[in-house]
Amino acid sequence: MGFLEQVYRDAVLEHARSPRNRGALDPYTVRQEGINPSCGDELVLYVRLDDGLVGDARFDGHGCAISQASASMMTQAIKGLSVDEAEALIGHFKAMIHGKGVDPSLGDLQVLEGISKLHARVKCATLPWVALDAALDAAAAGTAEAPQVDVDAVDDPAPG
Amino acid sequence: MAITAERRDDFPILRRRVHGAPLVYLDSAASAQKPERVLEAVDGFYRQHYANVHRGAHTLSAEATDAYEAARTRVARFINAPDERSVVFVRNATEGINLVAHAWGRRAIGPGDEIVVTVAEHHANLVPWHLLAAERGAVIRGVPLGSDQRVDLDALRDAMSPRTKLVATFHVSNVLGVLNPVAEIARIAHEAGALLLVDGAQAVPHLPVDVQALGADMYAFSGHKVGAPSGIGALWVREELLATWPPFMGGGEMIRTVALDRSTYADIPMRFEAGTPAIAEAVGLHAALDYLDEVGLQDIWDHDRALARYAIERLRGVDGVTLYGPEGDDRGGIVTFNLDGVHPHDVASALDVRGVAIRAGHHCAQPLMGALGVRSTARASFWIHTTTAEIDLLADALGEVRTFFAGVA
Repeated sequence: MGFLEQVYRDAVLEHARSPRNRGALDPYTVRQEGINPSCGDELVLYVRLDDGLVGDARFDGHGCAISQASASMMTQAIKGLSVDEAEALIGHFKAMIHGKGVDPSLGDLQVLEGISKLHARVKCATLPWVALDAALDAAAAGTAEAPQVDVDAVDDPAPG
Repeated sequence: MAITAERRDDFPILRRRVHGAPLVYLDSAASAQKPERVLEAVDGFYRQHYANVHRGAHTLSAEATDAYEAARTRVARFINAPDERSVVFVRNATEGINLVAHAWGRRAIGPGDEIVVTVAEHHANLVPWHLLAAERGAVIRGVPLGSDQRVDLDALRDAMSPRTKLVATFHVSNVLGVLNPVAEIARIAHEAGALLLVDGAQAVPHLPVDVQALGADMYAFSGHKVGAPSGIGALWVREELLATWPPFMGGGEMIRTVALDRSTYADIPMRFEAGTPAIAEAVGLHAALDYLDEVGLQDIWDHDRALARYAIERLRGVDGVTLYGPEGDDRGGIVTFNLDGVHPHDVASALDVRGVAIRAGHHCAQPLMGALGVRSTARASFWIHTTTAEIDLLADALGEVRTFFAGVA
């Protein structure tokens, strides 16, 4: 398998071609915008919490194959998780994408691990997760329209 | 004399490999690679002559001061400034433009005054004016591109008013690759009683620049784009203007006398160079400008334009490629494009694994992206060391990249 194929695994390309959970969600608990200022890509994440569980999550916006696949897989993975479980998954995902090891709870998300080898693109993968992190914080604070979050300001740029 | 592939040997970094492939560096518009001569000049300066400038009473300080000031004289000669006193060393073009916004703009611009820019400016030539306009209650007027993707000079004339104090525009576009007709723009600005600032970041590395012939009042460029180290650049300002400006930053080097509660300031250009400057970087800039003169600026411009023509022809032959920017003798070595159905960042990554370095994103030109109807693009940019074989490699790879990502986005 070539380097490019290790980063863009078939499952990643498949999600990028046919993103799941794409489009607005109504009603939602939080609408969270995320931006990657280095490329101008924007993502809007909608999360609905039902009794402390992620009842539904959808996303909209513009981005590359990596950010779209990451958002698609993330919205699938977090449905039904408790807020605490979702926050733990965020931590595991960021660890994996920064090359700090793969937690088994990541499941299908492990196909995104190859992106950790392409440092220039790590923030494309973390953008949806940074938005999710901010959305869960906003939900805890009772804020439905959360202020835009900037992946440069939030994501740890120094792997390892 | 035409530039040959032997010039590649002047750039040591081109010997390295990326992801196992020879480096194909098509990102000179973001930052230029450094010729051996520049590396040697900086290294030799640190080994033999380094000390602080302007204040020392010892031999090394005198040598360092001479080298630093020789670099200033070299810059003046390179852009045909009438006098080195009107050349201020800054970190880069961005800092030069910010210096103008502070030292000139905060006194000269008042509520309702107008600053005219084009839609194709780099953020470095927009955001300083946004900050100034917000502080002083001024108005920014934007000039669109014409249907030929060049600045619409009729729209520029229409944008001028008795309140116009400044026209700020690019010399060569970092996205469209096009040479702006600066001399004509200078006439339009001056007829309206406005000053003209030119962002020369993409011009100075690529073609002969004569600030007097252009009719500019202020001209800024970055050293790192001409093969010098990062952290050094120059701002030229017509001397009679510069001499009236107050300091931009305060500190050592820029004073005449300092009491506890007040100070008087040095003459130009030192008035604008607070603190220890980028000394070795200035020496590197001197060497880089010597190198460019040796290669020949007109030859570089001819080489860039020939490569642009070749790249446009080759990329047009790749299915799904959309090209941006005009064609013609005023098109320099910057070719901006998109590949249908593939995000520019994915294009850049797929090329990177083949050793090909391009830029992807908004190129610090978000208003222009809007005008082109895109969010981002890919950009290949050329310089002295670029060959048609590298452009072939790019074009061939793009076909494969499109197949790889088929159906995405």
